[in-house]
Amino acid sequence: MPPSADFGLTLSFYGLATLTVVSALMVVSLRNIFHAGLFLVLAFIGVAGIYLTLNAAFMAAVQVLVYGGAIAVMMLFAIFLTRNAMTQGNLSGRFQAPAMLAALLIGVLFSYAFLMANWASGKGAAEYLPPEQVADALFNQFVFPFELASIMLLIAMIGAIVLARTPGRETEDA
Amino acid sequence: MIEIGLSHYMVLSAVLFSIGLYGVLSRRNAVGVLMSVELLLNSVNIALIAIGRYVGGAGATGQVFALFVITVAAAEASVALALLIAIYRDRGAVDVESATALQG
Repeated sequence: MPPSADFGLTLSFYGLATLTVVSALMVVSLRNIFHAGLFLVLAFIGVAGIYLTLNAAFMAAVQVLVYGGAIAVMMLFAIFLTRNAMTQGNLSGRFQAPAMLAALLIGVLFSYAFLMANWASGKGAAEYLPPEQVADALFNQFVFPFELASIMLLIAMIGAIVLARTPGRETEDA
Repeated sequence: MIEIGLSHYMVLSAVLFSIGLYGVLSRRNAVGVLMSVELLLNSVNIALIAIGRYVGGAGATGQVFALFVITVAAAEASVALALLIAIYRDRGAVDVESATALQG
């Protein structure tokens, strides 16, 4: 690989990582939940870019479609439907410090464990995995979980309808 | 400049995970808690895809697992938001501290 390509990868990784982490910090710290939701979309797009730097083009497309599209729209709808929530921000006071401590501890421990781990990196690693190969694995090796996932989605859909239905209007004449 | 490797992605994943964990623990609005959960799932996906890219012999397994995580996340989000709307209709708020019906 020419050094310029390496430099481009480094630059795009740091740029996208900064975008993602700053957006994520905004998501957890902004008092206005609607603005937090918009930053969540930005964080999702940043993660999609990170997937691109990992040569996972199909995953990047799925990330933009499912997270940047479907889940983001659902979150914003939930914010609009629960309207008085706009003013509520973070927990004030007693849980703030323990939460930050726990998050810092987990972050440091995970980073340490990941850096110390003896990954079997190098030989055999796939430089570039074309989407055809992902599809091949999905529909051959993992076809049973794939079918199970469709059943799970159906159950989740029915469950969501049952939960969100207005109670006391089962006969639905309006 | 140093070459980007597996450890860069893993540390990014750990940072994103801890931010999401902080959000889950500290957010009072239930929609905020859900958004933080999505951050957690995204950090796990970064780790899975990075391992699939850099660790030998992983093949497409990392990406397929990340796909399943995305599928489960979509199901989780839809059910959780339905639950949230039911709670909102019942109590007029989505404050996680007000949902104490199951508290002993």
